Amino acid sequence: MSKLDSKIPEGSIEQKWSKYKSSVALVNPANKRSLEIIVVGSGLAGSSAAASLAEMGYKVKVFCFQDSPRRAHSIAAQGGINAAKNYQNDGDSTYRLFYDTIKGGDYRAREGNVHRLAEVSASIIDQCVAQGVPLAREYGGMLSNRSFGGTQVQRTFYAAGQTGQQLLLGAYSALERQIGLGAVEMYSRHEMLEVVTIEGKARGIIARDLITGKLERHFGHAVLLCTGGYGNVFYLSTNAMGSNVTAAWKAHKKGAFFGNPCYTQIHPTCIPVSGDHQSKLTLMSESLRNDGRIWVPKKAGDTRKPNEIPEEERDYYLERRYPAFGNLVPRDVASRAAKERCDAGFGVGASKMAVYLDYKAAIDRYGKTKAKTLGVDNPTPAQLRDFGKQVVEEKYGNLFEMYEQITGENPYEVPMRIYPAVHYTMGGLWVDYNLMTTVPGMYALGEANFSDHGANRLGASALMQGLADGYFVIPYTIGAYLANEIRTKAIPTDHEAFVNAEKEVQSQIDKFFAIKGTKSVDHFHKRLGKIMWDKCGMARNEKGLKEAIQEIRALREEFWKDLRVTGEPNELNPELEKAGRVADFLELGELMCIDALNRNESCGGHFREEFQTEEGEANRDDVNYSYVAAWENKGNNGWELHKEELKFEAIKIAARSYK
Amino acid sequence: MSHGNMKITLKVWRQKNAKINGQLVTYQLNDISPDMSFLEMFDVLNEQLITKGEDPVAFDHDCREGICGMCSMFINGRPHGPKNKVTTCQLHMRSFKDGDTIVVEPWRAAAFPVIKDLTVDRTAFDRIIAKGGFISVNTGNAQDANSLPIPKHDADKSFEAAACIGCGACVATCKNSSAMLFVSAKISQLALLPQGQVERVARAKNMVAQMDAEGFGNCSNTGACEIECPKGISLENIARMNREFYVANLKD
Repeated sequence: MSKLDSKIPEGSIEQKWSKYKSSVALVNPANKRSLEIIVVGSGLAGSSAAASLAEMGYKVKVFCFQDSPRRAHSIAAQGGINAAKNYQNDGDSTYRLFYDTIKGGDYRAREGNVHRLAEVSASIIDQCVAQGVPLAREYGGMLSNRSFGGTQVQRTFYAAGQTGQQLLLGAYSALERQIGLGAVEMYSRHEMLEVVTIEGKARGIIARDLITGKLERHFGHAVLLCTGGYGNVFYLSTNAMGSNVTAAWKAHKKGAFFGNPCYTQIHPTCIPVSGDHQSKLTLMSESLRNDGRIWVPKKAGDTRKPNEIPEEERDYYLERRYPAFGNLVPRDVASRAAKERCDAGFGVGASKMAVYLDYKAAIDRYGKTKAKTLGVDNPTPAQLRDFGKQVVEEKYGNLFEMYEQITGENPYEVPMRIYPAVHYTMGGLWVDYNLMTTVPGMYALGEANFSDHGANRLGASALMQGLADGYFVIPYTIGAYLANEIRTKAIPTDHEAFVNAEKEVQSQIDKFFAIKGTKSVDHFHKRLGKIMWDKCGMARNEKGLKEAIQEIRALREEFWKDLRVTGEPNELNPELEKAGRVADFLELGELMCIDALNRNESCGGHFREEFQTEEGEANRDDVNYSYVAAWENKGNNGWELHKEELKFEAIKIAARSYK
Repeated sequence: MSHGNMKITLKVWRQKNAKINGQLVTYQLNDISPDMSFLEMFDVLNEQLITKGEDPVAFDHDCREGICGMCSMFINGRPHGPKNKVTTCQLHMRSFKDGDTIVVEPWRAAAFPVIKDLTVDRTAFDRIIAKGGFISVNTGNAQDANSLPIPKHDADKSFEAAACIGCGACVATCKNSSAMLFVSAKISQLALLPQGQVERVARAKNMVAQMDAEGFGNCSNTGACEIECPKGISLENIARMNREFYVANLKD
């Protein structure tokens, strides 16, 4: 029997959330003042939750490892945020956003959660605008929208290519206001290293002050983990350097089930790796595929410069394989196709692990149009090129600039080199409708939970989910739990559960310093990343996954024998911080492979080579795998699988084809 | 493939903690690739130091794509190095020559005390924002987003000011360690929007008061902050802040 109760309210899909809101237990203002909530992480989910809960009267403590809550990696999101406002009068609705998200997730997300997300999406835009977030506007003063992948309506709100930054600074300003009012206590440069549970309930955390190295005990009636995704298990990703799984993993080891760990989103258009010094990868917005053509040479190992390769010797492989969608196939399909060409020896650039994204055709086409608009008859080829470049610069100038900054090449003159990179993790801590994990009192919000994106996330939906969870979901759902906690007095932190949790953390720190090995943390992290990328990346198979599990176990053993952590525990020590994070990645990596091995189907970002159609497309198995895989940690790197069956009542499940 | 052939001499500020004096320490690096970012060169240095059993250089960084504002190195006398409108993490070694000597120091300002090596404490910025860098609208208070039309010109100006990443380069480059570019960017962003009008007076007074209390200096219109700002925040914002501040005091 499954231990999982998703707590989806009864009733039709349109009524679940409104009925829930009118019947969920409330906490009166006087009681809120004595209830303490710990929020770990200060990105969109954490900042918005902390600010909203403090406004309601709860006592809130916020923790982040950066020097300021404004640095959280939500800040790097470029494209936009979806909302079912239908300001464009193009037929959008809550139902359509719900439907697109379920379909985009390849029918592996929970209907009830996703419908609620679509319902609250419009309020997010209202809230952000009221905070002074300068979203893009039209000349009439109204908000502007743009298109994004996987949808046929214009529902994406944006602030140039810095939407994440502006939304996060909005949530940050709301948070700082509460800090100024004394309603939130902020702990920056603090890292959560353990969860404290008492009688099965989450009651606090152990955090390390990263400047002094001191371990601190903090009590809370509830603990909210808003700690983002775990893409850095691959070492190279578009995540920030500090992004990590530690908070979620410690929670997992204290009883929180981990949902769908193998669902990873690989984004097709990133600047490729330039050498083994590389520390992170940079995304180039998906919008570039609107006008660019992707190709590789027809001859394997061709060393000519791209502009020397004649048209007939180029393979526009996406246009060849997917004539209907061409260069605009979805992210997972485009990524796999690039990998296939490079693996077969057709890759370009010094590393041979890149493909070309070429703007020559677009520059020519736009040049001709602009010449006509300007009334220039018989333009010279040089004039046409200049006109074309001007148009491309207006549309994509900042991206072209960023590319040149990183690669030193001018993309107006030579095709860009791109390659897929790890970008987002759909998996995360399993949560019920209340966003509560399997540990009572412990919640997971935003990318840290598994709930809304199924096996593949649509563009511009991550910002929506983070803010939905923080502003409009948790303020209601936390009442269901805290209403029963009003008699619980703050537990003194000399309670043995706190003492023991701190001891565990201290003993791990001592262990790191005692190894006195020869290899740095990065050395192990890079090797783990390579195993994960080669065997649990864009394409997976049984043999590779089984090998990966063995290799990760061996690497973990080596890590604990040969790691060198320099410096001291009682000071700012980035090596010690990284050691703790990589130790957890070394365990998570194994679980990701186990989950990928268990899922004998291909869906969304999870592609098992054994399960594909004759044309090489993902072959989903709804009869046997229409479930959330929630893993229970049994200790000593052993796990037990629990299944939450996915029921589709509002949407008819169908195949996903792009031919 | 990653190995380049650049030889670089680094003079790096090393300081164990806030209580102990620091000094510049010289390191030699060979095989630096022009494709490396400046921080990746520091990764190479740190790897070498760890191999030798020495303490690696502590420096702040996170997103490494120029938006989080965490990286903060004072390179050859300029915050974020020799290129304009680029953060340290987006600066690449091809901007230097083989054989170069590069001096790297932390941000220097009384209000940004050194924590260790190149890492400084910038929480003063957060405390200034907490005094008024917001619009007091609780979650759930908002009206429909399109019920308040905002001229595109104002919205764009507001956005340009809001692009500030809070890195502190403006303070680091200013001979007075003034934080006026940072503070004025936030005041401008909100003063340009209709939503920001209600709290305009209190915002200007409270944020400026906190700025002074933190020990940041005054503005003497040298304009270095505007040149060194990786996001191109305009000096115009300081003029607007001054106006906001004078008007606020007149209204009092």
